[in-house]
Amino acid sequence: MTNSSLTTITAKPVPEETQTCWSCGTMRAVHFCESCGKVQPPAPVDYFTFFGLSRKLNLDIAALDKDFYELSRKLHPDLNARAGSQEQEWSLQQSSLLNDAHRTLKDPIKRTQYLLKLEGVELEEQSKTATEQARSTGQVKKQIVPPDLLEEVFDLNIQLEELRIQKKIGEDDPALIEEIGRQKLELEEKQESLLHELEFRWKMWDGMIQREQNGQPVSEEERKQERDKMVDVLNRRNYIRNLVRDVGEALGN
Amino acid sequence: MSTDRIVGIDLGTTNSLVAFMQGESPVVIPGDDGSNLVPSVVALDQDNRPFVGNAARNSLIATPERAVYSIKRLMGRGVDDIQEELKFFPFRLAEDLQAGEVLRIRLGERTFTPPEISALILRQLKRNAERFFGAQVTKAVITVPAYFNDAQRQATKDAGRIAGLEVLRLVNEPTAASLAYGLDKKQNGIVAVYDLGGGTFDISILKLHDGIFEVIATNGDTHLGGDDIDNLLITIALDDTLGDLGLDLRRNAGAGQAIRKSVIEAKIALSSQSSVNIDVELPCGKRYLREITREQFEQLIQPIIDRTVGPCKQALKDAGLKPEQIDEVVLVGGSTRIPRVRALVKELFRREPHTDLNPDEVVALGAAVQANILGGGSEATENMLLLDVTPLSLGIEVAGGVTDKIILRNSTIPASATQFYTTQIDGQANVAIHVLQGERELAKDCRSLARFDLKGIPPMAAGMARIEVKFLIDANGILHVSAREQRSGKEAEIQVQPSYGLTDEQVEGMILDSFDSAEEDFRQRQVIEARNEATTILAALDKGKKSPAWGHLTTDEKKKIAKMEKALIAVQAEDDYQGIRKAIDALNQGTTRLAELMMDSAVSVALKGKTMDEADMGEGPTAPHPMAKAEFE
Ligand SMILES: Nc1ncnc2c1ncn2[C@@H]1O[C@H](COP(=O)(O)OP(=O)(O)O)[C@@H](O)[C@H]1O
Ligand SMILES: [Mg+2]
Ligand SMILES: [Zn+2]
Repeated sequence: MTNSSLTTITAKPVPEETQTCWSCGTMRAVHFCESCGKVQPPAPVDYFTFFGLSRKLNLDIAALDKDFYELSRKLHPDLNARAGSQEQEWSLQQSSLLNDAHRTLKDPIKRTQYLLKLEGVELEEQSKTATEQARSTGQVKKQIVPPDLLEEVFDLNIQLEELRIQKKIGEDDPALIEEIGRQKLELEEKQESLLHELEFRWKMWDGMIQREQNGQPVSEEERKQERDKMVDVLNRRNYIRNLVRDVGEALGN
Repeated sequence: MSTDRIVGIDLGTTNSLVAFMQGESPVVIPGDDGSNLVPSVVALDQDNRPFVGNAARNSLIATPERAVYSIKRLMGRGVDDIQEELKFFPFRLAEDLQAGEVLRIRLGERTFTPPEISALILRQLKRNAERFFGAQVTKAVITVPAYFNDAQRQATKDAGRIAGLEVLRLVNEPTAASLAYGLDKKQNGIVAVYDLGGGTFDISILKLHDGIFEVIATNGDTHLGGDDIDNLLITIALDDTLGDLGLDLRRNAGAGQAIRKSVIEAKIALSSQSSVNIDVELPCGKRYLREITREQFEQLIQPIIDRTVGPCKQALKDAGLKPEQIDEVVLVGGSTRIPRVRALVKELFRREPHTDLNPDEVVALGAAVQANILGGGSEATENMLLLDVTPLSLGIEVAGGVTDKIILRNSTIPASATQFYTTQIDGQANVAIHVLQGERELAKDCRSLARFDLKGIPPMAAGMARIEVKFLIDANGILHVSAREQRSGKEAEIQVQPSYGLTDEQVEGMILDSFDSAEEDFRQRQVIEARNEATTILAALDKGKKSPAWGHLTTDEKKKIAKMEKALIAVQAEDDYQGIRKAIDALNQGTTRLAELMMDSAVSVALKGKTMDEADMGEGPTAPHPMAKAEFE
């Protein structure tokens, strides 16, 4: 380890998954030993598996939180500060995995994006970074305007342009500001309703996974369709979110 | 329970403290002068030996060029970051400082990096604890402002190592305060900790439930505090003396320090009085006199304390909470004693803040609680667990100079993120990565943590390599990076060029007192130190008896002192360091008034004899204010 402002650790080969505790040899729970309490080497698993969950999206957040706190009480580095250095390293790895998994799964959007990524979907880059990057490099950002928003977005863009010009010459038109503010509210409502649409998609997805778990075959075609529908909702939501942010910036808040 | 004692240390901008868990409650360990607070001031004596604390603070006026305070402001910072500080603080940079080098500060004829100066303060605290326990102390938990970035944290950790301390954990100051606060409350709810000290401001919002102290959001300003209020008052005084007397005291460090001392006293008095008179003797023989009312003072400082509003609102927003949802507000830091600050907090959170804990000590007490948890816990800390967050987003620079955030602020730590990189041209062996910290969109507006190269990528066609880079923020809030080329399974070598900070070798070379480690040496040293101290204080007393101040003492006071002097001389020759210490402490206590009287006359003598000094108060901007003209006598 170097002692610079940025320390480095070497990536260790992923330990082989074992069923027994490295310390006392009893059969162990996944992340720590039920018998002696020792932290176990982290297994390379996805966030759902880490919490012992199947890839369903309608999550019981209260249960997730409960598991999170219980696992924190076993895995956190503060509670393993007197352990050997290898164990401390595992505690650090395990608790960061725990925190990463909890952070991702408890947020509805992050959870959906994460599942899609696990399912091999490369999400359309509509993040703020992409926008900024496009802005600073002068490239036109690839952005598909959702068809049901085309007209509205067109109007809004004209008004925003007007507002910017006014601001530049130091005037302001309260009526225009009010109108834009109203549209912003509307967009925010749309963003909210898209969340409900997303929840509906979760239901469909989870139903499909349940059928699969019950031994009924699910075609790749169906899987893909469900995925695509979720990607579509996410894209529209991202688009509106960015729009709301741009409007907010133009209004100066 | 391990036999090693782990102490908790609050390494403050203004004051530092060391505490430990005595039985089931945390207590502060006093210094050899009996006070719990050790002023974070370091000075050199005539033989260029450093000393720390009240004595160093008292030397600021007589030998300003041999002393330094508020060094925490420079921790983990580069020359470019501190231009603003140099306007207000008499930091004397080493003349031969190279660009990109860690700062070095001149004290007398020697130079020190900020971590070394902090280490001297830490060593003093370590010694205080060792004297208290009669045993060595090598492990500590040290607190840092929640809003400290990676470089500032690393610098603090370096300071610990230089002082011969193994830093088991860096804990955020407001979080530590909540531990001390929650220890005796044992209740659930949402707590906001508002911490305004000498140099830094933090706001943290925590959820307390079943012994878990979970930080939900934190924000702050690492350059906001009582220092800013002091600087404002100093600037006014300097303006007054320049305007009315034509006397430019910006070039006179001793006079500057005398003014600083008196405005701080005035500020503190205004927390309990409705008006105060500043009265400073100037080098020209005149006196600077000014009355400040509470009302004027409040008007003056409003812009400074208003700067805490933004971070509070942002923290609430990040936590997704309304002010009404906060159950308790805890005040931390000396500057929260200012009534106007309390009123502001009350307005912000619509709730009377808690003041039953000593705002100076609560952070150190909390650090002791955390030290206890790390040491295996006890009945009092059973079930307690701290879940803290990273205050700033971590990002990497992508095309177009844009920051791509990979770990967002307020993520619970430890936290990690994995990024994949590839090569742009055939056979490319290196990939450069620039790591940033901050909230801004453009890389140039964020804090640069490090640039590093992934090296030794096996030759492949462009775009074929798949390099996995893992960024991990540990429980101290410090970043670690590891990398691996996935197709070849080869570990990529990482070469880190930290933007700020000391290298391992540099820290190694700075470690103080390596001889500290031998237990016997240590016991002997304790006795020798105590004897030396006895000699010093006895000599000082002899001097005191000859000074005019002696005449001001009552016969009763003189008698008492004589008795204690005799007791100390008697015990000095023995091997009993505890006994010597007790006698020293007694004599110290007994001669406080004498020392004060002597100090007063020393100050005025020193000031009158003072000439222009190279170490100055800087070219601080002028400060327009609503007050009447100052008076001079
Ligand atoms: N009664 C008071 N009124 C106003 N300011 C005070 C009072 N007591 C202490 N301070 C100020 O509080 C600051 C020190 O607070 P502290 O919490 O010890 O700071 P730090 O954590 O930065 O070392 C100094 O600026 C000091 O002048
Ligand atoms: Mg403090
Ligand atoms: Zn076991």
